[in-house]
Amino acid sequence: MNTSSHEISLTVNGRAVEATVESRLSLADFLRRELGLVGTHLGCEQGACGACTVLVDGRSVRSCIMLAVQADECELRTVESLAPGLAMHPLQDAFHKHQALQCGFCTPGMLLRCLELIEENPDITDEEAREGISSNSCRCTGYQYIVDAVVEAAEQMRQ
Amino acid sequence: MKSPPFEYKRAEGAEEAAALLNELGSDARILAGGQSLLPLMNLRLASPAFLVDISRAGDLKFLHIDNGSSGASPLHVGAAATQRDVEMSAHTLRVAPILAEAIANAGQVPVRHRGTVVGSIAHADPSAEVPAAFLAQGGSVIAQSLGGRRVIPSEDFFDGVFSTVLEEVELVASVRVDEWPEGSGHGFRELSVTAESWPVAIAAALIHITDGEVDRASVVLGGVGSTPLWRPEAEAILMGSDAGAEAIEAAAEAAAAGLEPPSDTFGSGAYRKKMARVLTRRALADAAERAGAAERAGGKQ
Repeated sequence: MNTSSHEISLTVNGRAVEATVESRLSLADFLRRELGLVGTHLGCEQGACGACTVLVDGRSVRSCIMLAVQADECELRTVESLAPGLAMHPLQDAFHKHQALQCGFCTPGMLLRCLELIEENPDITDEEAREGISSNSCRCTGYQYIVDAVVEAAEQMRQ
Repeated sequence: MKSPPFEYKRAEGAEEAAALLNELGSDARILAGGQSLLPLMNLRLASPAFLVDISRAGDLKFLHIDNGSSGASPLHVGAAATQRDVEMSAHTLRVAPILAEAIANAGQVPVRHRGTVVGSIAHADPSAEVPAAFLAQGGSVIAQSLGGRRVIPSEDFFDGVFSTVLEEVELVASVRVDEWPEGSGHGFRELSVTAESWPVAIAAALIHITDGEVDRASVVLGGVGSTPLWRPEAEAILMGSDAGAEAIEAAAEAAAAGLEPPSDTFGSGAYRKKMARVLTRRALADAAERAGAAERAGGKQ
């Protein structure tokens, strides 16, 4: 069986990371197993569900269908970066307030996708939020509470 | 599931990638965005021994409008240009708005952040949006091998399900999408069970109108055959017509005639055939409206 290992250096949540990774290691598995950042969840492992969404150089990507070696020299943000201390991020506060999660499995990916949506479009509407989160599956909430949370968080973040 | 093991190589340029393909042989695959290939590998439906990553190849990460010698200015898309960048580019909206519309219908934004336009064309999924739009507008594929480059017209590129005329030792370095003259309009319609699922059928169409008469037309269907299907019979009906409701209905009927689409859980063959006709009609109506508007305004779409 062919394989290869590679030295990578990248920034994860503001911290410089250097590692040696096997060629087939996904970015998601690298984050979870090598860095212990288990907030990134793995659902389908084929790019469909969005649970593993992280921000790579500011853009949302599916970390299950990106190789760790491809993240070399990139800047990553995972859900762990949202609330480094005890205070929650306004988006997390809004999710809490609106019950925009039940089981919580999709939440890390959903939060990062929503953060990207708000950063791209600070005046996001219900309709835009609904379209925007269509990239991520949630089997609990029916999405409406997530839409409510995104719109309110955007309002909070504008202030 | 996880991907089976493979050896990873990063190519810094098109020639290095071609040299690697030449050296590694049939067990090597090109990795660009990986948004089709890596899921297939995670599902263990593909297990190449080598991946040659071109996503950072400096000479493949571009998107611009060429200044053609014949006056036409095609959109030129490098193999490392992401779908999202191409979708949002003013160049694309000017030269090939049908491509932007096709991309917007393909996958999800996070997937389009990594997926490439060239990768989707080279992957040659018969139900994918980008190949259908590319074939409808027309253009060429620039294939790189160790020996140099060759140009393959879009209509000769696709030759079966997930299959193209590309040789094992070649990669697609870029694609050119032809510019259509002023007075052109496009339509792109697809039917899918949900916004996120694979299309049941796709229709991509362009027409050009001069003095109220169609003098150029292109109709392509996706999801109803082993490749995106070019429908010259429908184009023949449109030529010389006023692109009115009657001509469009006749062209849509001709586009669907003779199709024998596959059946799957998303739709039976008979349903796909019927939808091909409906979608062609709607795509042509959009194209006619845009072409008519463009002609009246004396400018493009």
